[in-house]
Amino acid sequence: MSNAILNKENLAASAWRYRIHSPKIARKRQAGQFIMLRPVPETERIPLTIANADAEQGWIEIIFQVVGRTTMFLSGLDVGDEISDIAGPLGHPTRIEKFGRVICIGGGIGVAPLYPILCSLKDAGNDVTTIIGARSKAHLILEKEMKEKSDKLFVATDDGSYGHHGFVSDVFNQVQDAGDRFDSAFVIGPVMMMKVVSSLTLASGINTVVSLNPIMIDGTGMCGGCRVTVHGKTKFACVDGPEFDASGIDWEELIRRLKSYQSFEEKERNEHQCALVQ
Amino acid sequence: MSVSETKSMNRRFLRTPMREQIPTIRKSNYHEVPYGYNEEEAVAEAKRCLQCKKPLCVAGCPVNVQIPEFIRLIAEGEFDAAAKKLKETNALPAICGRVCPQETQCEGLCIVGKKGDPIAVGNLERFAADWERSAGKVAVPPMSPKNGIKIAVVGSGPAGLTVAGELSKKGFDVTIFEALHEPGGVLLYGIPEFRLPKEIVKQEIDYLQKLGVKIECNFVVGKTQTIDELMAEDGYAAVFVGSGAGLPSFMNIQGENSVGVYSANEYLTRANLMRAWQGTAKTPIFKGKRVVTVGGGNVAMDSARTALRLGAEESIIVYRRSESEMPARAAEIHHAREEGIIFHLLCNPVAILSDEKGFVTGIRAIRMELGEPDESGRRRPIPVKDSEFEINCDVVVIAIGNKPNPLIPTTTPDIEISRHGTIVANEADGRTTKQYVYAGGDIVSGAATVILAMGAGKVAANTIIQDLLS
Ligand SMILES: Cc1cc2nc3c(=O)[nH]c(=O)nc-3n(C[C@H](O)[C@H](O)[C@H](O)COP(=O)(O)OP(=O)(O)OC[C@H]3O[C@@H](n4cnc5c(N)ncnc54)[C@H](O)[C@@H]3O)c2cc1C
Ligand SMILES: Cc1cc2nc3c(=O)[nH]c(=O)nc-3n(C[C@H](O)[C@H](O)[C@H](O)COP(=O)(O)OP(=O)(O)OC[C@H]3O[C@@H](n4cnc5c(N)ncnc54)[C@H](O)[C@@H]3O)c2cc1C
Ligand code: SF4
Ligand code: SF4
Ligand code: FES
Repeated sequence: MSNAILNKENLAASAWRYRIHSPKIARKRQAGQFIMLRPVPETERIPLTIANADAEQGWIEIIFQVVGRTTMFLSGLDVGDEISDIAGPLGHPTRIEKFGRVICIGGGIGVAPLYPILCSLKDAGNDVTTIIGARSKAHLILEKEMKEKSDKLFVATDDGSYGHHGFVSDVFNQVQDAGDRFDSAFVIGPVMMMKVVSSLTLASGINTVVSLNPIMIDGTGMCGGCRVTVHGKTKFACVDGPEFDASGIDWEELIRRLKSYQSFEEKERNEHQCALVQ
Repeated sequence: MSVSETKSMNRRFLRTPMREQIPTIRKSNYHEVPYGYNEEEAVAEAKRCLQCKKPLCVAGCPVNVQIPEFIRLIAEGEFDAAAKKLKETNALPAICGRVCPQETQCEGLCIVGKKGDPIAVGNLERFAADWERSAGKVAVPPMSPKNGIKIAVVGSGPAGLTVAGELSKKGFDVTIFEALHEPGGVLLYGIPEFRLPKEIVKQEIDYLQKLGVKIECNFVVGKTQTIDELMAEDGYAAVFVGSGAGLPSFMNIQGENSVGVYSANEYLTRANLMRAWQGTAKTPIFKGKRVVTVGGGNVAMDSARTALRLGAEESIIVYRRSESEMPARAAEIHHAREEGIIFHLLCNPVAILSDEKGFVTGIRAIRMELGEPDESGRRRPIPVKDSEFEINCDVVVIAIGNKPNPLIPTTTPDIEISRHGTIVANEADGRTTKQYVYAGGDIVSGAATVILAMGAGKVAANTIIQDLLS
């Protein structure tokens, strides 16, 4: 049964991990790639990163946060249910090399897409320091997994309920002040966080890769809805990305475009404050 | 000449009109615009055909539909036989009758057109196909015994559908791989409901499935599996690539990434595939009050007319040449004018204006004049100095063309690609530079037409039969 949910796990406040039977995608996917998924026909196609996969056993894992209507429907599915549509793996895989010393910084649900990159970086023999953050302890995901794979792990929460009290950017500054130096950085999280953190890593002369999350419709290069400006050129995040060199990104434009449909979505949310979210 | 003689002369030269929804009503619904001929109308129109011994019309049709033969059958009331005659050469007559640019193809060469209105070949084609379908007479054609040879078809647009149908009839085991969640290609996500009802596309696809064609949606060839993997690991003996020209072009002008600027593909996909026009849809779309569409082809007309149906008070087309250079079908331009679309011809956007939140507020355009003809044979538009002006609007749709989708070219290393990004395939047989890989439709020709894509599909199917069975 393709697309059947094999396992469902609540990771944190409104964050879920699903293991899904999807042998073809499991066989092909590489770190940094994503799928387009439509939980049921009445919902939208949304992009979600492949957080983990097993080619032998034929499954992939996604980790998602409930933010709107489609993710709400997704969270309402159960083990044994079949997801209506899954296409992938899409996007360019992460360019993994032996960089040397790497810093991985993840915020919120962005820790999920960071995990497969971290695994590949380790497989390629890098020394990896990881900083992950969340709003509060209840929102923190994948701490155990990240710790297992990282040479060093730091945790920050905005409200101080766990780890360092403050932002991942503060922790990065401290690590730097302590004299650590890095050859390469991977930063994934909310747009504001990626903007701030990458400005710090770039200022320290570290090549920095970010994974952009513009609104996507088809995920195959057909609509141009996912366009972002990188080094002054329009790129389609689904086929040219989703990872880009942080130094060239027009962050303000990305933030404006992500907010495009906010009024629609708020209306949706108010109309669908359904039992599913709880 | 007596009065009655003049009258019958006139009838000979006057086309039987097609009844249509009136513009003021149809511009706010999504139902098909023309109603189609009834039996009497069809017979009357069919009787106008001179049954030429050397029919010029046939030469104008890219797949050489046996035009006088099928029209004669309609004139004789043999509607079912007419449909079957059509299908000998054209697998999708209900679609072609609706969307072919007949004025430059079959009807453009019809001899009657020299003195009066050419025979309404498209309307008659549509009539016969619709009649067959609604009478429940669609029958599975004679099928060759199964030969067990597996063929993969990439893309479910008209090119892919044609190849699949032809090969399935010949006994091949055909699977279509489609990246999106529903099959049909541009027929589904591009051309809007009011021009091509999706029910018709769906029925054509159901028919193919009756012929034994398998369709696997959500399968992105090049990503889910490459062409090489399909052939080496899954045992496909041949692959046909009909992946279309799906990558939208932008103008690279200031403000183009403002909120409310869509490619026509995104705009039409949100409206069609994601059903934004049905109240139940969940894919949001900006229903602008004043919508500017840039371009002059079918895609631009479809976008501008969709904007009206989504509730725009004004829908404006901005095109850099004059009406006679517009590549859209004549019928579309005519329908668009009737519905009140405003045409700003001979002008071109130079910037898109937006407010502090990045939402579109208008465009700045410059007037153009026509100079010498360019490579395409059309007169080249040249900007007029100091003629910039602004048009207020809250949505902009860019419909200036599509480039070939790079997914296949970039993942199939040994296939030759032109400098325009199209796959190089021999027009006469559909062969690419890679053995047992064939291609046709927009991925080879660049954005073209449904019937040319079907024609290319048919040519490739014949070559595949030759290459694999002999
Ligand atoms: C390549 C890629 C990979 C992604 N991977 C993951 C992942 O692994 N896990 C995960 O939880 N999310 C991921 N996302 C984000 C995810 O796609 C969105 O959260 C989802 O589309 C929201 O859908 P919805 O209908 O539930 O919410 P909506 O009702 O559409 O939106 C709710 C809120 O989320 C915001 N939003 C909408 N789309 C996006 C988006 N693409 N990115 C960020 N915010 C958005 C809206 O502005 C709105 O405020 C990824 C996005 C991209 C482009
Ligand atoms: C809005 C609009 C209006 C038009 N109006 C007319 C008209 O009135 N008359 C006319 O004759 N023509 C019209 N055209 C042009 C016509 O539709 C196209 O020329 C025709 O559809 C091309 O057919 P195709 O089979 O080559 O490709 P398409 O119809 O583009 O189909 C290609 C399919 O392949 C899929 N695909 C792409 N890459 C992959 C991959 N890697 N793996 C799997 N699947 C893939 C795509 O998702 C798509 O479904 C119009 C086009 C548009 C956009
Ligand atoms: S397929 Fe198109 S061009 Fe050919 S006869 Fe029919 S309408 Fe005319
Ligand atoms: S050219 Fe015109 S009149 Fe002659 S056969 Fe064709 S459709 Fe009929
Ligand atoms: S999502 Fe449509 S082009 Fe990227």
